[in-house]
Amino acid sequence: MLTDKTKISSLRVAYGEAITELGKENADIVVLECDLSKSTQTIIFQKVFPERFFNMGIAEQDAVSTAAGFASAGKIPFISTFAIFASGRAWEQVRNSIAYPKFNVKVVGTHGGLTVGEDGASHQALEDICLMRALPNMTVIAPADSIEVKAAVKFAAEYKGPVYLRIPRPNLPELFDETEYKFDMKAHILREGKDLTIASYGETVIECLKCAEMLEQKGISAEVINVSTIKPLDEKTILQSIQKTGAIMTVENHSIIGGLGGAICEFLSETFPIPVKRIGVRDKFGQSGKAEDLMAKYGLTAEKFTDEALNLIKIKNK
Amino acid sequence: MEQTKKFNEEELRELETISKNLKKRALTMVYKAQSGHVGGAFSAIDLLLILYKKIMKLSPEWKTDEEWQKRDRFILSKGHASAALYSVLCEFGYFCPTEISGFRQLGSKLQGHPNNEYVPGVEVPTGSLGQGLSMANGIALALKLDKNPAKVFVLMGDGELQEGQVWEAAMTSNHYKLDNLIGIVDRNRLQIDGDTEKVMGLEPLADKWKAFGWEVIEINGHDYQEIYKAYKRASVLGSEKASPVVIIANTIKGKGVSFMENNAGWHGKAPSEEEFNKAVTELKSV
Repeated sequence: MLTDKTKISSLRVAYGEAITELGKENADIVVLECDLSKSTQTIIFQKVFPERFFNMGIAEQDAVSTAAGFASAGKIPFISTFAIFASGRAWEQVRNSIAYPKFNVKVVGTHGGLTVGEDGASHQALEDICLMRALPNMTVIAPADSIEVKAAVKFAAEYKGPVYLRIPRPNLPELFDETEYKFDMKAHILREGKDLTIASYGETVIECLKCAEMLEQKGISAEVINVSTIKPLDEKTILQSIQKTGAIMTVENHSIIGGLGGAICEFLSETFPIPVKRIGVRDKFGQSGKAEDLMAKYGLTAEKFTDEALNLIKIKNK
Repeated sequence: MEQTKKFNEEELRELETISKNLKKRALTMVYKAQSGHVGGAFSAIDLLLILYKKIMKLSPEWKTDEEWQKRDRFILSKGHASAALYSVLCEFGYFCPTEISGFRQLGSKLQGHPNNEYVPGVEVPTGSLGQGLSMANGIALALKLDKNPAKVFVLMGDGELQEGQVWEAAMTSNHYKLDNLIGIVDRNRLQIDGDTEKVMGLEPLADKWKAFGWEVIEINGHDYQEIYKAYKRASVLGSEKASPVVIIANTIKGKGVSFMENNAGWHGKAPSEEEFNKAVTELKSV
């Protein structure tokens, strides 16, 4: 699936370009920013639509509630900042001024997970999916490449209601074909298999595909699912897959508590209990370091997934 | 500047009568639910009465989307004074008076703190303190984008001003020169744990707003002439100075019922039957 010619591109630039394209089609789209426009890439929108771009300064709580006000007056606000601040600093504002009244606000958390890198634990959101998933009325989406970012942003703009969108910092290989890919809130099987299901989202999807190739070398056939919409969870696709494979490994650049692993465990424990392995950050804070070094340190590499998958297969076969 | 109208004696008596009726309705809601906030509702009712009766351009009779978009917006940032807001919305025909009896009870639209999803005439959900001014800013910015001349009024509690978000929002209102936004502070000087100045001092309050770039008008929040003039002046002042305007209304918590006045104990307490009857007697017509 991945070759040397696979294009690598920025998900954040894709976000900035996508909102700008949408801004041309829809005059109701406004963008709120918290002094990070060069990081979140909302600067692309600002250059084209300065009158619909609002820098709110370093004041995320105000920014989130202001976005709610925009929505109440019929606008479609995208409010962006680092995931840690969007989901954490302003959580109660997201809850009470956006999710509770079902306002049409798109909360975009960039730099989710460990791969913020050198900034360290204070800036690494490992709980954002958990925090946003716990809110009624909230849709939670975490795309895996720039193509999916663009499609998800378009979807979010058309969808009426609150959406949380998590966008990772690193540039990533393009997994999807721009001309074909359409975002539909469904989980998508990227590689079929029969011995084990691997479910992931965001930047770890690519590592899961590598892991499936390594497992194939060992004679194990893994099915890889991109669960980019964590809420509402596409239960049907997951259930069909695990009924075939009998075991599931969840992988995410997030705490093992309350993220995709949590969501899948909640679902399967009530419907179809099978062996599960959750891979993520195991109830720890991150630290400073290069993104790839951090991913290795916290066990988020294809090699590590392969070892865990082999253990899971053993448990399944007991 | 527009000549500000003064109310004659007859108009003043009428306003006072409506104010008492609004308080009776609010008190009845809290009494029936045996839950709610009377003190901060009564300090705000005169401010709401003049706003809805004499100042804001909006009507529950406006049915078309085009008409409705032109409405002035009101945000009760101190959402715990919901009994006051519901009483006013009921008075002016936004929903059926029979719904009043469900206040704060299971299945009612009249939640303890207002939500726009349920109650006609409510713009945004409030109750978690400190978020109303930010939401008002968002509306004011959207109105400006749409070249809509409507105004946004936001009523804040004084204790609420201890929330840091209020001052983030105060910066935003000034930064974006929101001359279409009028803030009102219900300065009743009491919060749950007592005197605001003892719990977490707010003074010099007018200077704080001025330092954040706002024009400030201070009034007696129970004097109808002053309230009316302040609203009128605020609209003009905003345009003149290209800045947001705040009215600091000095009020009395529990205003209108002798034993509730200036008593922090009546912040969030429901009256007993005896207290209710006594209060209703005091709120009988002028």
